[in-house]
Formats: sequence, C-alpha cells, structure tokens
Amino acid sequence: MRGGLAAALVVAGLLLLNALFTGALAPAFALPPYLLQVLCLAGINVTLAVSLNLINGFTGQFSIGHAGFMAIGAYSAAYFSVTFGEALRAALGFLPPFARDGAVLLVALAIGAFLASIAGFIVGVPSLRLRGDYLAIVTLGFGEIIGVLILNIDAVGGARGYSGIPKLANFFWIYLFAALTILVVYRVVHSSFGRTLVAIREDEVAAEAMGVHTTRAKVISFVVSSALAGIAGGLFAHYLMYVNVRSFTFLKSFEIIIMIVIGGLGSISGSVLGAILYISLTEGLREFAQYRMVLFSLLLVILMIVRPQGILGHKEFVTFLTKRRRSIGAAPGTPGNA
Amino acid sequence: MTTFLQQLVNGLSLGSIYALIALGYTMVYGVLRLINFAHGDVYMVGAYVGYYASRRLQGREPSIVSALLVMLVAMVACGILGILIERLAYRPVRREARLTLLITAIGVSLFLENAAQLVFGPDPKFFPSLAPRADFHVAGMRLTSEQITVIAVSVLLMVLLRFFIMKTRTGKAMRAVSFSLDAAKLMGISTDWIISVTFALGSALAAAAGVLIAMQIPKIDPLMGIPYGLKAFVAAVLGGIGSVPGAVLGGLLIGTSEVMVVGYLSSTYRDAIAFGILILVLILRPQGLLGRVQKEKV
Amino acid sequence: MRFRALAVVCLSAVLAGTVSCGSKGSQKEIVIGEYGSLTGGIATFGISTKNGSELAFDEINKKGGVLGKQVKLLVEDDQSKPEEAGTVVTKLINQNGVCAVLGHVASSHSLAAAPICQSNQIPMISPSSTNPRVTQVGNYIFRVCFIDPFQGAVMAKFAADTLKLKKVAILVDVRSDYSVGLQTFFRQQFRQLGGEVVVEQSYSQGDSDFRAQLTAIKAANPEAVYLPGYYTEVGTIVHQARELGITVPFLGGDGWDSPKLWEIGGAALNGCYFSDHYSTDDPNPAVQKFVADYKAKYGQTPDALAALAYDAARILADAIQKAGSTDGSKIRDAIAATKDFPGVTGSISINSDRNAVKPAVVLKVENGKFLLTETIKPEAVKL
Repeated sequence: MRGGLAAALVVAGLLLLNALFTGALAPAFALPPYLLQVLCLAGINVTLAVSLNLINGFTGQFSIGHAGFMAIGAYSAAYFSVTFGEALRAALGFLPPFARDGAVLLVALAIGAFLASIAGFIVGVPSLRLRGDYLAIVTLGFGEIIGVLILNIDAVGGARGYSGIPKLANFFWIYLFAALTILVVYRVVHSSFGRTLVAIREDEVAAEAMGVHTTRAKVISFVVSSALAGIAGGLFAHYLMYVNVRSFTFLKSFEIIIMIVIGGLGSISGSVLGAILYISLTEGLREFAQYRMVLFSLLLVILMIVRPQGILGHKEFVTFLTKRRRSIGAAPGTPGNA
Repeated sequence: MTTFLQQLVNGLSLGSIYALIALGYTMVYGVLRLINFAHGDVYMVGAYVGYYASRRLQGREPSIVSALLVMLVAMVACGILGILIERLAYRPVRREARLTLLITAIGVSLFLENAAQLVFGPDPKFFPSLAPRADFHVAGMRLTSEQITVIAVSVLLMVLLRFFIMKTRTGKAMRAVSFSLDAAKLMGISTDWIISVTFALGSALAAAAGVLIAMQIPKIDPLMGIPYGLKAFVAAVLGGIGSVPGAVLGGLLIGTSEVMVVGYLSSTYRDAIAFGILILVLILRPQGLLGRVQKEKV
Repeated sequence: MRFRALAVVCLSAVLAGTVSCGSKGSQKEIVIGEYGSLTGGIATFGISTKNGSELAFDEINKKGGVLGKQVKLLVEDDQSKPEEAGTVVTKLINQNGVCAVLGHVASSHSLAAAPICQSNQIPMISPSSTNPRVTQVGNYIFRVCFIDPFQGAVMAKFAADTLKLKKVAILVDVRSDYSVGLQTFFRQQFRQLGGEVVVEQSYSQGDSDFRAQLTAIKAANPEAVYLPGYYTEVGTIVHQARELGITVPFLGGDGWDSPKLWEIGGAALNGCYFSDHYSTDDPNPAVQKFVADYKAKYGQTPDALAALAYDAARILADAIQKAGSTDGSKIRDAIAATKDFPGVTGSISINSDRNAVKPAVVLKVENGKFLLTETIKPEAVKL
C-alpha cells in the first residue's frame, strides 16, 4: 500500500534525523542544542499554525483564542505525566525505556487532545448563533477564561506555573505529530467534507441554502483543530519541562494568527512556511529584542496592505513546483469578497 | 450597607471609564464594521500625552483649569492619532476580507504597545496630581474628588457626544454611514471624511478616559491599554455594538459587576466575569442589550 | 513567485544568522551569562540586577580579573516571560559557552531556567529569587538571599512582637509565586505568635484598580495589612487605600524595594514597613562605598536587587578563583563551600540547601527614605 509505505518512510526518516541531530549516531553531526531547540519549537508552531488554519483559513471562522486549547492540552498532558507517569512506566516494565517513555507521552497527548477537543466543542457550539466578529470575541473570551481557570487550579501550580514535567518530547515526536497534523488537515480539506468547509468560508448563507449542515461542519472543524492544538500544547509542556499560564495568553494566539497570515490563509504549506519564518525571525532578531516586536507589528500591517493573502495565498507549495493549478477557492484578498 | 454603596460608587466610576472607551469602539464599529483592537492603546497614548503635558505644567498650583487643559491636549493629540491610524492602516484595507481588517487592527495594536515601550520605557510612570484633592463623606461612604471628577466628566462627555450625534449635521451623517456606507455615499455624504471624524471622536474620548484614569490611579505603563481595552470592548458588545447608549450601559454594567465580584468573591475571577457575561449575552441575545438585530442580506 | 524566492532568501539569511550569532568566549576571557527581564512588566528588576553585577565585574576586571583573565558578562533579556527564560539560558550555555549563570530575580523565571542549568551541569546563582523550590531543582542551583519561609516569619515576628498587632488583613498577588508563598509563611508564623488574619483579598500583577478589595478590607477593620507584592502595585494600592480612609500601616516584603516605590505611592506610604536584604543606612564602610560607586556610575541609589546581584557576582568570581578552573563541577563545589563572604548585603554563608543564611532588616518608609528599624537574625525566628 503506497500510503503505508510512505508513512513508514516518514517515520524512519524522522527517527534517523532525530538520532543524527541529538548526536546519538555520530557526535560530529550533532546540532548545537540551541539550534535543536529552535527547530523543535518551530515544529510545535507548525502544528499550531496548521491546526488553526483549518478553522480560520479553510472554514473562514475567526478563532483568536487558539492558545487556550494549547493550554488545556499542555496542562492536562503534563498533569498526567507527572501524576501517573511513573505508575504507567512501571506497568510497562517489559518494554525498553524509550518505548515506555513514548507510551507515557502518547497517553498524555491523547488526554490533552481529548480535553482540548471538548473545549473546542464548547467553543464551536455558540458558533451556531454567532458570525464573524462576534465569534472572534467569544473565542478570545474563552481563551482568557481558560487562562483564569487554570490560574486557580493549585494542583497544577496556579500562578507559579507547573514544573517538574519529564522531558518526553524530542525532535522525532514533535515532527512526527507535525507531519500527522499536516496529513490530517490535508485529508480533511481534500475530502468532500473539506469542500463544505470551503463553501462555508466563501458564503455561509449560500452553503446553508445548498443543504450544508453549517453548524455541524463548523463544530467538527473546531473539534479537530483544538484537538491538534492540544497535542501541540502537550508536546510544548514535555519539551520545556515547565509551563506557565503566561505562555498561553491572547498574545500567543495572535502569534499563531500572524504565522498563518504570513504564510497564507487556506494554504497548508503556507502555514508551515509562516511558522518556520516566524520563529526564525524571532530567534534571529533576538539581539534586537526591543525593536523586534515593533518591526514585526509594522511588517504585519504592511503585509496586510500590500499582500493580504500572505506569501502563498490559497495555493500550496506544490503548485509552484508542478504548475498544477490546484487551489481551493479564490484568495481572500480579491475584491468582492466580504 | 455602606460597604455595598461604596462598592457601587467604585463600580460606577470604573464603569464610566469603560463607557468612555467603549464609545470609541462602538462608533468605529458602527461605521466600519471593524473591531479596532488598537483603541485600547490609543487610550494608553492619551494617558502618556497627558503625563508629558502635565509635566510641562509642573510648578503651577494644581487646579481644575490645568487638569482640563491637560485633558484637552491629550484629546486633540489622540484625535490626530486616530485619524492617522485610519488613514495609514485601515483605509487601504477597507475593502478587504474581514479577517484582514482584524489582523491589521491587531498589528496596529501590537505596534503601539511595543513602540510605547521603546519610546516611553517599559516601567510605569507616576502621574502628578492635577486637581485639588478633596474628600466627601456621604452616607458613611468616602468619595474622593477624583472619583467624582471621573463620573462627572464622563457624563458630560457622553451628553455632548449624544448631542453631537443627534443634533448636528455631521452627527446625522455619521448615523447614515453606520446604517449603510454605500447608501450614504449615494446620498452625497463624503464617507471618508465622516469616517475620519468618527475615529477622531472615538480616540479623543479614549484619551479623556486615559487622563481621567491616570488622575485617579496615578500609575501609567505602556501595556495599560490591554486590560481596559479588552473589557471596554466587551462592554460595547454587551450594550450592543453600534449603539451609543448601549456602550454607556454596557460600560457601567461591566464596571459594577467587576467591582462586586472582586469585592465579594475573589479577584482572580475578575477577568473571567467580564467574558463570562459577554458569552452569556452573545448566546442569549447576540445583538447585545440595546443593539439592533443585524439582518444578513443575501 | 517573487515572494516565494524572497521568503526562502530571508529564511536562509535568518537561519544563518541564528547559527553564527552568539560568540563563544575566547580563551583569554571568562564568559559568564546572566538572564533577566530587561523589558516588559518587571523590567526594573532586571535592570537593577544587571547594573549590580556589571559594577562588580568592572571592579574585578580593573583589579586583574579572575584567574588572570578578564571577565565578560553576557546579559540576555527574557522579556518578563518565564518560558523565554529557558530559551535564553539554553542559548547562553550552548551558543555562548558560559561557565556559570547569574539569575533570576523572579522565582518563576528561575524555576523555568534552573532545570536547564542543572542538566548541563552549569552552576546557577540567583541573586534574589526567594521561593524555596528554586534551589530544590538540583545541586548546581544556588542563591545568595534568604528564602521566603524566613522572610514571611520575619515580618510576622515584627508585626506581633514589635508592633504588638493582633489582627491583620492580607492582600496577596495571586499571579506571583513570590507573593503567594510569602503570605503563606507569614500567616503560619503570625498565627503561631497568637495573631489572627481577619480577611484575605487578592489581586493580579498588572491590575490598577484595587478599590473593591480595599473596601472589603476596610470593612473587616484590621490593625495592619500585609501586602507582599511588587512595588508597582504596592505604591498604587497604598495610595488608593489612604483615599478610601484606611489609615493602618501596610507591611510588605523585599518586592517593595525600588527607587520607584515612593514615586508611585508618595506620602501614603509614610509609616509602612517592609522586610529587605540590606539597608543603605548600614554604616559598614563597604556598603557605603558600594552605594557611592553605584550612584556615580548609574545615577541612582542601588536597591536590594542591585546589591544582591553585586554580591552574587562577587561570590561567583571568588568561587571561580578558588576552584582554579572554569569547570562546572569545580565551580559548583567552590560556591557550596562559601562561608562568611563579606557581602554588602551581610555576611553570606551558603548552607547545605544551597541557600544563604543571613539576617533580614525591617525598613520603615518615611518621606522618601527607607529607614533601618530592626535587624532580625535567623536564630531569632522559630521556623
């Protein structure tokens, strides 16, 4: 089966890269740990960007509280690892250490994704009655409320932040899930369900008139997207070993939005590009930390004026390579689109 | 009982500030259907302009006149800032998708916050006292002259705004534009000019709020616009975005409920309350308390 | 098409920049890293700390440096974000090859970065993080200040024994582990000494309106209010409290210590007390020289953070000198063996928990000055 072979190749490739980068294979080829950290954070950003693009880019809904889902995923996954990680590891004593760690991580991420998707469902349901800007405000509000709630749960550290999380995530796992996210979103978008999402984006009323279950589609889109964000959050927690509510404010949500807007809403490869570009600029301009955000915000405004569809617009990277005009719908910057 | 009344007064004074800022949000949304995320930061700039203006006046006796002068300077400066923002950032993208507008607004907001940190320095500054201080004891409560000033000036400004919108030609034009931009154009109204005026007014009100708050709570910092802007925005939506009396009502409600929750329950839920109320209202009555139902035409 | 090419070019340029930037110290220098919040909400803490350590290393370099080499201090900004703390420390250790790290003031930031220093076996000295959990991360993590269990107890003892108070209210900053921790310890000790906490209210760092909480506190009629927060909110809170008619004194911790406290709170603060690490009133000539040097270089009176950073830097330099090498484990051992080091914040000895055992001072705020009121030694407090 071609799909299975491709998957196996990807997994093997990532394992190889991971071993290479961490120096397990040949110390001479090991990446400087700082660069490895940047790469890993980029990978997490990719997952976040691509998952957000599903709602914002493909379904056309304004969701600006994405960091809230990430927070839920991060905290619940972390709580599991810290509280039940040891017990699970003991129960799986017959497996080699890396498999045990992997198992704990997978269960933690699954829990994180599940709880985040519940939140996504709760946020998605009001979308029945809310359009555009109102939905944006509600998602922002939910993001803030989630933050406040977590702040009050002392078991996960409250204001002090949650530390002592085992470092279970590494390059392999992060990029595996990034690849998985891309795959999932790609499959969703290129299915008939994906077509309904785009229809909703283009003209919700018309779509409803065509018999599309708009609410159901929107809610599913939120649930999938938030689950993926939850996974990204879990990986984040297990990589940095410490999380604090302050990492998940609306500023973080805005950062993710910047990423997908730069790359191009409605383009998966655009989100990947945007995520990598964003973190490279953030790290590369670290010397000029004070001017960095000023420049960023200015660039963002200029980008919106000059090229609102971002770098890739609605097209995927492959269209430039293979010259196939496979784009889904028109770019949002074209006049006449509300 | 006294405590309750005192908390009520606290809530009203906080609510007036939210109302002033909310008015700017609601007016801009009314004409442009744009959530001006940068509005909270204009409020912050107003406070800073007021700060530097009052430093110039230092040495003179604190008086009502100097306080009003400072406020006026801040209002004018921010009015100009509002017009600039509209011209440079929002006008070019006016016809774009809503998400583009939203993101542009976010960009402007981030820019103002970070530029302010760079220019003014990240640590808070202390606003000098402008008006003579006096305390009033009414029914066991203690009202400061600042609180009374806040409420009084806010009411005055809101009344002036109402008069302007209802009784002047420009005000009428603003109402026309908020009803339908295209129809207003067809009627010969210079919509660009009206939109600029709207921004200028809204920004001026935000600046006034900034100076009032700075007089009351002497601390100002570059990020002060964020919490106030967000909650004022919630207030505008609660009251019905696009509705001027709605913004006032929303502001007072949010301010009062926030103070009550903090005083009687716990301050940690302070921010959650504003959003909680918002979500409830949006689900039960999306057009807000005093808003019109937006019919979507196909 | 153009944009894609542009993007690729930008990307490679930036990545190249990332890799190449960050110089490793040459063999002729000893590179020490410091991470702090130079921008953002707690920026003044970071700036004070940076000033203190820079002053120390300048002096040391003038006298010939450490082990015959000049000391180079690399300071990185974490923008007042705890998660950034981890990233910048990783950069300092791996990209810049520092042999030791100084930082942080805020305990949450220290907690974020400490595991990284520990796993890389790079010693870390925090000048002023007071939450006990920081040094519990591992044996490479030290601090040169006292910890909150002691500090909270100090103020409780002062309130109960010196001020003879029986009923106190607490106003805590729930977003700060420092504040939350400190009030827990204060409350424990105060109860033990026979006092009562009549009401507790809370606020969040960054808030500016506290009237609701203060009105509730006023209704409970306490004899004093314990306010273990940071100076930015403290000044505003006390100012508003006086407006509401609360006349009782406010008590606090070292988070009050800042040149800006009086600027923000003004005369409202007269008659308030807070616990701290040192006092500029200390007649000790070393302290006075430090204060004068700092004023000459930076134009400001040094606060406790600057003083602690100064001491931390000197202890580190001293440890490297004693260890005779820049090897992490040797420096670690030398730091752990520090006994009776003459610091400007007192005589510093590092105990087996890697914390400093030192007396605390209680300062009274009077007309813009912090007056030394009482010195409380560790032995005097029953923990």
